[in-house]
Amino acid sequence: MVRSKKKTGLGGWLFLALVLAAYGVTAAIDAEALHFFAKVMGSVVPALVIVFFLLLAADLLLQPKWIRRNLGREAGVRAWLLAAVGGVFASGPVYAWYALVGELREKGMRASIATVFLYSRAVKLPLLPLMIHYFGTAYTLVLCLYLLGFSIVNGLLMVKLENREII
Amino acid sequence: MPARRLKTSLNKTTRTFVNLLPIVLGMLLLTSLAVTLFPESLSAGLFGHSDILDSLIGASIGSIAAGHPLTSYVLGGELLRSGVSLIAVTALVVSWVSVGIVQLPAEMLMLGPRFAIYRNVICFFSAITISFLCVYTLRVIG
Repeated sequence: MVRSKKKTGLGGWLFLALVLAAYGVTAAIDAEALHFFAKVMGSVVPALVIVFFLLLAADLLLQPKWIRRNLGREAGVRAWLLAAVGGVFASGPVYAWYALVGELREKGMRASIATVFLYSRAVKLPLLPLMIHYFGTAYTLVLCLYLLGFSIVNGLLMVKLENREII
Repeated sequence: MPARRLKTSLNKTTRTFVNLLPIVLGMLLLTSLAVTLFPESLSAGLFGHSDILDSLIGASIGSIAAGHPLTSYVLGGELLRSGVSLIAVTALVVSWVSVGIVQLPAEMLMLGPRFAIYRNVICFFSAITISFLCVYTLRVIG
């Protein structure tokens, strides 16, 4: 399987430097954007704390053998269900979960299973009452079922790409 | 031995987390900038063509826009009230939570460029497909 080597470390700091440079270029709206940033940061910190402990738990408890058995090629349907349910319950911004998914991928999680997990995050359990408020119960129910169904469809498409060694 | 294992894991996790922090901070700053640059009133005028074009525009806006999913519900609700089709709004809401152009650099760094690009392309077309399926299903079930 051809896998692109992930780059961390300096790449992340370079990315942050580029974003800060963009703030320098758009100095006129910085104050408003920074105010928004401060507000959002408050809601992201708890998710980051959860991610830190999940990363620690994953490193301590999930050995490559277990990952390969439950989330790898040999896992079968169990891995797909595990990823879909896990995604629905994973809260916080998606980029906070990239590190955990990357860690699991390095230990043997399939790209298709990672896709199922990331896509099923589109079902936002805590926000369902608000979605019902804006769009109605029938719409919310139908949309959530399609989102879950398409998490599997997208995973299957990734299987095709994996089999062709494209990813 | 378990104490040594815990210390090793803690060190490794801290290193991973320190690598993650500039990406998360950068993402939040970039998201805040995108939200500030993209006023809600701008989007309503873009719709009102065909279902396919509206769906494409909705999915494109949702892919570029970033921020809390709640913002997409509020924006979607406002767009619906101003006469934008449910297909367009659904494409926007779905792509908002599944496609991330703004997050793409972070996803590429953490999960690899090929995986990130293919995943986002698949999610973009899924958003369009779901928008049609969802609305037609609702019409069928009444």
